[in-house]
Amino acid sequence: MGAYLVRRFLLMVLTLFGMSVLIFVMLRLVPGNITDIIFDSAGFVNPAKKAAIERQLGLDQPIVTQYITWMAGLARGDLGYAFVSEKPALDEILPRIPVTAKLAVLALAFSVLFGVPLGVISAVRQNTGLDYVLRVVSLSGLSLPSFWLGLLILMACVHWFGWIPIYRSSPDNFWQEIALLSIPAAAVGFRSSALVMRLTRSSMLEVLRQDYIRTARAKGASEPSVNYDHALRNAVLPVVTVIGIEAAFLVGGLIVTETVFNIPGVARFLVEAIRWRDYPIVQNLVMFIAIIVVMVNFIVDMAYAALDPRIKYEE
Amino acid sequence: MAVIDHEAELARAGANVRGPLSSILFFARSYPLGALGALIMLAFVATAVFADAITAFDPLTTNAHDSLAPPGDRHTLGADFMGRDVLARIIYGARISLAVGLGATALGCLGGMIVGLMSGYFGGWLDLTVQRLMDIMQSLPLLVMALVMAASLGPSLTNTIIAIAIPLVPNVARVIRSSTLALREMPFVEAARAVGMSETRIAITHVLPNTLAPLIVLATAQLGSAILVESALAFLGLGVPEPHPSWGRMLSESAAEYVRTAPWLVIFPGVAISAVVFGTNLLGDAIRDMLDPRQRF
Repeated sequence: MGAYLVRRFLLMVLTLFGMSVLIFVMLRLVPGNITDIIFDSAGFVNPAKKAAIERQLGLDQPIVTQYITWMAGLARGDLGYAFVSEKPALDEILPRIPVTAKLAVLALAFSVLFGVPLGVISAVRQNTGLDYVLRVVSLSGLSLPSFWLGLLILMACVHWFGWIPIYRSSPDNFWQEIALLSIPAAAVGFRSSALVMRLTRSSMLEVLRQDYIRTARAKGASEPSVNYDHALRNAVLPVVTVIGIEAAFLVGGLIVTETVFNIPGVARFLVEAIRWRDYPIVQNLVMFIAIIVVMVNFIVDMAYAALDPRIKYEE
Repeated sequence: MAVIDHEAELARAGANVRGPLSSILFFARSYPLGALGALIMLAFVATAVFADAITAFDPLTTNAHDSLAPPGDRHTLGADFMGRDVLARIIYGARISLAVGLGATALGCLGGMIVGLMSGYFGGWLDLTVQRLMDIMQSLPLLVMALVMAASLGPSLTNTIIAIAIPLVPNVARVIRSSTLALREMPFVEAARAVGMSETRIAITHVLPNTLAPLIVLATAQLGSAILVESALAFLGLGVPEPHPSWGRMLSESAAEYVRTAPWLVIFPGVAISAVVFGTNLLGDAIRDMLDPRQRF
């Protein structure tokens, strides 16, 4: 177990190092940096001024030097300065994280609360009308673009309540903020709930065909007891993995939904930074996302091994 | 060459299949939802191909007089701020969706197939290196990866296709690699080796064709997500540039502000995206059930 942990940890570090190189090179591969964008819009280019700004931002340095500067800064907890706002990147990123985190947790809660029970119902009533309806609903959940779902929700609010649930920077209290965030969270969570539901269903169906389920029935266990005590407990394991992975991949939905609902979170900020080629923000945010994804995968693997005694560590 | 013959498999399963027409009917009867998906996809492709014959309006012609005209006799689905016909833009937008969806899926599958086959068949340090590289690429969500790619490549149709195709590669490579690993140990590979075939030739003529079933299953699933990512990129302003009419960008132009004043600009492009992706998902599920019986429930 100890050796496995160490090996997994080293792989994780290697992956993150690779990601940092990849994102760094990708951002700088193509000609055109923030100075080009600024001077393009100005319509007049004074090469000396442009060069001065590039020097100030460190863009005149060789790419390897730029990379080492970034890494050395990261090691000290210094993320550099944002190009656009000229504030420390950390001060730009940190205040935007809580809103996105709350949104992500709410979306995840939504997907589990709807996905798991509906998946179980769909499996227990396999091939009934209800099962077909639930399957079509879950498939449509995977088909709706989440930004469009967000727009439809906005439209419904305007139509029925004459009011748009736009996020204000200072909600009065915690519960009001949660209530306000739960609407965009539903837009993000709908897609994940469809995924969770499909997985719960297929995992449940696989378990329901096992011998020990037949044994449970044979010894006279009631149908709810068979479904929930015997089957669900085992069926939920693979779902746990997917919920973990989904947690990291909610980011895609968060990006578009924060844009639709005008939420000042970190996901929308990433898109703005990408548009402006604000390297310090983009590379640090992308690394932040990659760290979360890799860590979640790691934790899920560990949790899975702990929950399922059949999984062994040797290789 | 040892390849599973699906016609023969169907016949053995008791299906009365003679010729392509009856096997299509067999498919429709066994997988009604899949057949519906196939119909939606057929309509989508036909719309894209015959766009100029279907609508009399040009999707790019602006007309100040018709600005924000609601759905009615002249414009069936209304007109946008610049007086362009929404229906025409949706019809021509099918071309962009189809081009990016098919292009990115084909490119991503081709890349993933080559990488997965090499890494699975030849193994060793090549496999190790490739797997670590795939780990790195998979540590970012699809949309984030595509966003960064699209931004660094610059806006164009080709670049959008590439930006979506590259993040698809690891998914495909993983699946092809694992089925190659199993196929590598099959007796027919050993037989081919015994008659003196070169390793590269074995990989291409004997292993590759047998990985096609999982590849097709995966490709239909990726097609839907490629179309969704294209629309999200366009919505965020980093997708296919003007003047191409893209469904995602039609929504970004109209977003928030038109929710109140011109709902037709918000509803119809989204219906188009959802319908097409729904079609790919229905078809994908049916194809998976058909080709991958282990997952059938």
